[in-house]
Amino acid sequence: MLNKKPTKLLALPALLWLGALFVLPMLLIVMLSFWKRGTYGQVVYEFTANNYIRIVDPLYGQIFWDTFVVAILTTVLSILFGYPLSYYISRLERSKQQIWLLLVMIPFWINFLVRSYAWVIILRSQGVVNTILQSLGIISEPLPLLYNSGSVMLGMVYTLVPFMVLPIYVSLEQMDRRKLEAAYDLGATPWKAFWHVTLPMTKSGVVTGSILVFVSSIGMFVVPDVMGGAKSALMGNVIQNQFLSARDWPFGSALSIVLMLLSMLLILLFFKATKASEKKEGTA
Amino acid sequence: MKTWRRNVLSGYSWLMLVFLYLPIAILMLYSFNDSRINAVWSGFTWKWYLSLFDNRQVMAALANSMTIGIISSVLATVLGTAAALAIKHYSLRWRTFVNGLIYLPIVIPEIMMGLALLVLFSQVHMELGKGTLIMAHVTFSMPYVMVIINARLADMGKELEEAAQDLGATPWGTLRHVTLPLIMPGIVAGFLMSFTLSLDDFIISFFVAGPNSTTLPLYIYGLVKRGVSPEVNALSTMLIVCTVLLVIIAELFRRKDSKTITY
Repeated sequence: MLNKKPTKLLALPALLWLGALFVLPMLLIVMLSFWKRGTYGQVVYEFTANNYIRIVDPLYGQIFWDTFVVAILTTVLSILFGYPLSYYISRLERSKQQIWLLLVMIPFWINFLVRSYAWVIILRSQGVVNTILQSLGIISEPLPLLYNSGSVMLGMVYTLVPFMVLPIYVSLEQMDRRKLEAAYDLGATPWKAFWHVTLPMTKSGVVTGSILVFVSSIGMFVVPDVMGGAKSALMGNVIQNQFLSARDWPFGSALSIVLMLLSMLLILLFFKATKASEKKEGTA
Repeated sequence: MKTWRRNVLSGYSWLMLVFLYLPIAILMLYSFNDSRINAVWSGFTWKWYLSLFDNRQVMAALANSMTIGIISSVLATVLGTAAALAIKHYSLRWRTFVNGLIYLPIVIPEIMMGLALLVLFSQVHMELGKGTLIMAHVTFSMPYVMVIINARLADMGKELEEAAQDLGATPWGTLRHVTLPLIMPGIVAGFLMSFTLSLDDFIISFFVAGPNSTTLPLYIYGLVKRGVSPEVNALSTMLIVCTVLLVIIAELFRRKDSKTITY
């Protein structure tokens, strides 16, 4: 057995690692969310459902809603902005592809905190844009370009779009081009060929990229923190506050579990939707 | 008609590059500005850089980030690649189960993993520091490595491996001479991705870092919260330059590797 498939055992270290550092901590969080907070911020090991009851409050409902709206918009915008770029790169000659991939990879490597801070330099009231516009006499007062929901969206898409470009590029690169040629031979227009052949065949890249972008934006609290000001607090900011400032670990755990369950539900619906469209393609 | 479409696409792609690079370029430019009031250019200077090199905290944060990034991404790439290679041979039911477990960290918001690890480390009384940071970074980057390698393996198909075995290659021989060279671009991509994730990570590190294990993002965050300053610009520029050099070195390696594959 071992001789036949020795490679089967290679998954063991990774599985043990994830068991100890992922499954176990997650179970701890679930338990913690049913425990009480002591007077001094310590954890009291007594059962309570109170942490969850506290969440049913319009205040938290609004923050959950805002968090998901921002995450979904970021994902959709990243697909719209990222796909054409991936497509362009995948259609270049191999040597040019390497250069373009490198050019997309470089900002992707650069720290996202630094990248959102760069926008602060540009957009703040004494920033680059306002200074230029004022010196040209176009505006007399600085425009409020920063610390609003628009600047948060800009920062999210800017920092996360490379997550979308790379997986889509990979799936476009690995696509069987003969199917595209067959579609053309059968008289398909370029747009129809793209819609019925290229897009369905690169769905896995879009799905991978969407999950990477969506989950990164759900947990994001730095971009709203740096570019959004006080009113743009998302769930990440609230949870971080419960753990590090308010020191209510049980309530913070309950909030994060609800956030996680809601985001998994959305991803599941997304998978169902893409599967359903696959079936439709199949019967057509 | 065809060239028209191609031109629009190419124009759009160049615009995207401008969008990706312009903010970074402006940040770098202003790190050389003599004036503390950023937006007005008042002359070239190196002085903000000199003050960084004198700053012990900055140097310590830089060293921490590099150590943690390299160790964690090597571990994540080895563990992730090994697991992806094994899972390919599993029966469908096991493959679904194991892949589900491995992809779970990706579909969970980062902040949740950060606080879960904080709770774990505090329950087992483990002191927060470089060790806990490395453990955390491996945990969140390994699944990303696996996504990339799995995709590569799935697209590779079984034909070449089966051919090698029909010709008498041992399983390890097939792995070394057929599978690994074919998925090498994926392995490098996975390594790059996990190093980026480690170097970029602020959220999870924020929860599991100790007082003596401040990484660059944690240090920069502290400065950014106090507002725009030429020192942050200079520190960010240094981080950017390091990153760009690393990417180029990594890319040279990747090309060397892919040359051994005959397409």
